[in-house]
Amino acid sequence: MALENSDIQNKLTETFGENVFNFQQEKDIFSFEIKSDKNTAVILFLKNDPTLQFHFLTDLCGLHYPDNDENHQFAVVYHLHNWYENKRIKIKAYLNETPSIKTISNIFLSSNWMERETWDFYGIDFIGHPQLKRILNMDEMISFPMRKEFPMEDSGRTDKDDRFFGRTTTNL
Amino acid sequence: MSELLLPPEHRYAKIIKEKLNDDGSELSILNLGPTHPATHGIFQNILLMDGERILEAEPTIGYIHRAFEKIAENRPFYQITPLTDRMNYCSSPINNMGWWMTLEKLLDIEVPKRAQYLRVIVMELARITDHLICNSILGVDTGAYTGFLYVFQFREKVYEIYEEICGARLTTNMGRIGGFERDWSPKAFELLNTFLEEFPMAWKEFENLFERNRIFIDRTVNVGPITAEKAMAYGFTGPNLRAAGVDYDVRVAQPYSSYEDFDFIVPVGKSGDTYDRFCVRNAEVWESISIIKQALAKMPEGNEYHANVPDYYLPPKEDVYHNMESLIYHFKIVMGEVPIPVAEIYHPVEGGNGEVGFYLVTDGSRTPYRLHFRRPCFIYYQAYPEMIKGALLSDAIVILSSLNVIAGELDA
Repeated sequence: MALENSDIQNKLTETFGENVFNFQQEKDIFSFEIKSDKNTAVILFLKNDPTLQFHFLTDLCGLHYPDNDENHQFAVVYHLHNWYENKRIKIKAYLNETPSIKTISNIFLSSNWMERETWDFYGIDFIGHPQLKRILNMDEMISFPMRKEFPMEDSGRTDKDDRFFGRTTTNL
Repeated sequence: MSELLLPPEHRYAKIIKEKLNDDGSELSILNLGPTHPATHGIFQNILLMDGERILEAEPTIGYIHRAFEKIAENRPFYQITPLTDRMNYCSSPINNMGWWMTLEKLLDIEVPKRAQYLRVIVMELARITDHLICNSILGVDTGAYTGFLYVFQFREKVYEIYEEICGARLTTNMGRIGGFERDWSPKAFELLNTFLEEFPMAWKEFENLFERNRIFIDRTVNVGPITAEKAMAYGFTGPNLRAAGVDYDVRVAQPYSSYEDFDFIVPVGKSGDTYDRFCVRNAEVWESISIIKQALAKMPEGNEYHANVPDYYLPPKEDVYHNMESLIYHFKIVMGEVPIPVAEIYHPVEGGNGEVGFYLVTDGSRTPYRLHFRRPCFIYYQAYPEMIKGALLSDAIVILSSLNVIAGELDA
């Protein structure tokens, strides 16, 4: 029997109640949100439950929403995949302006570098991560370049006027 | 400067001090890379070694990081294709097509069957070149130069086909939303047919050179093995995972671009060692050849090569010069003023090294709000230190090359 969205939803609401919410089908992927402090519990449950078996972490990345309210400034997105039933889900956890969330690197080894990448680019602190340091940028960097306020190009440059290319640095 | 580049205070220094061998010899640090001729790309690994055995490894990556995700947030959608080229530059058409398919999923565009088949052909050609490079370079790293020279001319032939299709060779920037920018010329099909005639013979000879070669087997069997559980935990996908015995292939699991119409097997290995990875890639090349042949045979009649989506597909150039309507559309598309729905999309394709994923968040503006590339190399390279633990230095080189870590994809 194929794994239905409603099965996942029922199981999760049964176990976690209010902490898991906003279930919806987005195009071909079933997605929902979780409270950020419940991420390890939910993901461990999804991985170990004999009917859900989301045993593969496809992707993990961060997002920055500077226009949202203070409790929804950042988000971490997990894509899990159940190969037996061939079912993908997306989990989103919103974070406040000093973003921190528990690491899942003890659940999925592969999340180690993905979390480091997210820390590197967004400054999202993964509590309990074995080696949380920059990975693609150099260690001396003090800013988090994928945050929206970080300009793409050096603002001191005069040789390239964005107005002439139909765009400004804020892309408006 | 990275702390790893400071030798006296290195984190291995303490280990070395505490661990003197009985005969007075001591452990040593070896800096493998960042630019070493044997590593085919910019990979730095600081190794702690006991004689020729590797005890620990500390990889540093990011040497060719180009901030593609940040750039993508500031570019209209069609300008992002050149960025995807430059990730896995050994099989850029797969990345290009993956990106177009992501947008087509976002915009609910149905691509005509013929264009889908053409895409399948070009993606399988890309897979052939990708595997061809990996396997022949693995030969070079084990000391067999001949095979490499022998098959490498066929990468050139594939590049000539790309050139005929889109004008470019390595970084192809191929296709459009809804299909291709132009129909394939008769010359392209002619080159393709010549390739399909000549290549299998060369590939068979290449296989014969290696598969039962005593030296090659000694160098690769049981070198860098990884179990299926470990590989899955480390997020392996693609040939490296299949070599460990897991038959996960995105082309079969979530068929895109009409892969369900073709009959092919997913070759799997057993032990996940270097030899199995080599054999899985070899077998996949045969499957790719077969898929291309099937696609050519099943190719629908006509000359449809793109979907009818005037909002997103550039009008023909002659119309732009003579027709007001087309000029307006041309202008709007080039400036990125096209309707984009607000959505979050994840689209995976089977790249040369595994699942290449595009996680796209749009806010209705002309650029992505967020675009994240799931790069298989980045995810599985973190297993490398564990895979080379206890191996010889020369094995480390062979393992790296059999994993086919592409620096452009690793660093994005």
